[in-house]
Amino acid sequence: MAADYVIVGSGVAGIAAAEALRARAPGASITIVTEDADGFYSRPGLAYYLSGTIPEKQLFLRSQADLRNLGLRWVQARATQIDVVGHRLVLADGRNLTYDKLLIATGARAAAPDCPGGDLDGVFTLDTLGDAKRLVRKANNSDQAVVVGGGITALELAEGLHARGVNVHYLLRGARYWSNVLDAEESHLVEDHLRSDGVELHYHARVRQALGKKGKLIAVETDSGEQISCQILAVAIGTRPHLDLARAAGIKVDRGILTDAYLRTSAPDILAAGDVAQVYDERSGIASLDTLWPTARAHGEAAAATMSGAPAPYQRTAAMNVTLIANIPTTIIGALGSGSDEDLVAIARGDSESWRGAKPAWVIVEQHEVNRVRLMLGERTISGALVMGDQTLSRPLHRLIAAEADISPIRDALLADQHAMPQLIAAFADEWERSHAHNA
Amino acid sequence: MALTRRSIHFDLTRADVLASGHVQPDPSLCVQCGICSYNCPLGLDVRDYAWRGAPIFDGQCLTCGQCVARCPRGVLAFARTGMAQQVVPLRPNPKD
Repeated sequence: MAADYVIVGSGVAGIAAAEALRARAPGASITIVTEDADGFYSRPGLAYYLSGTIPEKQLFLRSQADLRNLGLRWVQARATQIDVVGHRLVLADGRNLTYDKLLIATGARAAAPDCPGGDLDGVFTLDTLGDAKRLVRKANNSDQAVVVGGGITALELAEGLHARGVNVHYLLRGARYWSNVLDAEESHLVEDHLRSDGVELHYHARVRQALGKKGKLIAVETDSGEQISCQILAVAIGTRPHLDLARAAGIKVDRGILTDAYLRTSAPDILAAGDVAQVYDERSGIASLDTLWPTARAHGEAAAATMSGAPAPYQRTAAMNVTLIANIPTTIIGALGSGSDEDLVAIARGDSESWRGAKPAWVIVEQHEVNRVRLMLGERTISGALVMGDQTLSRPLHRLIAAEADISPIRDALLADQHAMPQLIAAFADEWERSHAHNA
Repeated sequence: MALTRRSIHFDLTRADVLASGHVQPDPSLCVQCGICSYNCPLGLDVRDYAWRGAPIFDGQCLTCGQCVARCPRGVLAFARTGMAQQVVPLRPNPKD
């Protein structure tokens, strides 16, 4: 009998799993259960929709016809319970779906605003296309916004609202932006760019309360007593995996749903993938959260392999994100920082816990006016890197970091003259690629 | 417009890329935002190639570079197809 696969969630992990399952099992029944009325779209693309770079329709990377051709059964509903023994998923409207294998790919939700007045009309978090559309509509009728939080989403909100003609105040709780991934110089580069774009930065500023009139936001009050009048308060203080479904079913959870390298949870025939999954890595012996689109896609594909009976472990590589931070092309690879960031209460989107696993290392920096490369140099390997501006070195560095390439031949030279670093890395990476290709 | 050496160099380089290059995506960086497809003057679905990690081997692709330049995440790059040998290399100007 054909297998019955049920996937909860219509983000990239869920859809990548559905596509891979269809390729592996042409006759199987595949059901997607999602609360999101907009279905599958590029969630990272919301930043570019918010700034007006692309229209809404561009966010959809699969047409209705594409999805029909995959032969998916699409159920728009909230999943409320799992009957682990009976292999049944219970929906909020009372329906039951039986499954042979169940994949939980429910993603993460933005942490709720942590100040009084957080429920006023005009206070926003950014999770879904629906949220982005409401924010755009509000921005078109607003002239002042306050943004709080950290990581990439907070900047995307600040820049998106600014691009929509709203005067933006960005409140940082500490002395600088994203202090547990960027170093002080990198934070200042980002802050300088924001200021030159016209965003007003406030340091050591915390929202004491959001003030409203007839349920509508009119201002925020900071803990120094200052009031900033605004119609929008956009909050990006981190995300938390949707754990309710797994918790209620007695599935083991930590910060996310715990899975092995094959994406299997503690419950039989139930897997988890994407932002909701805290996946065990056999090499490091650590289970960590990532909120990166390519990682979620790879999770979905690995889960599909396990579900279809041909398990192949998810191969974690050095976490990497390339994005514009305040319009500066920036690549973050491997372990770079440590500690916590006052602006975030949980992991941001487009983030990886592994970036904060920096071990004692020599830090080598090569900087020009707009370009900057920072290397975290271990005894034999490069453990992390951050490339701002010119991106020539980002791909070679990702290869060297992901492969844990032995850089001892150039280590002394790197330490002796940091200005020679770009040439040394480029030449070494070329040579390494050649010998690697030869050995492979 | 004056026909400067620089503009000749640009045109010949571009001709070289047109004749011998293609756009190559790196799917490990792509978040499928669709800015590439939105800006393609020929309406090619560059994003779909990026999902599949496939080079843009489409007869209509002009290798104009709009997608390469506009991708906010550096997913797309020009790559040689190995046909470059057929193009006469530019001679450096001894005065340069």
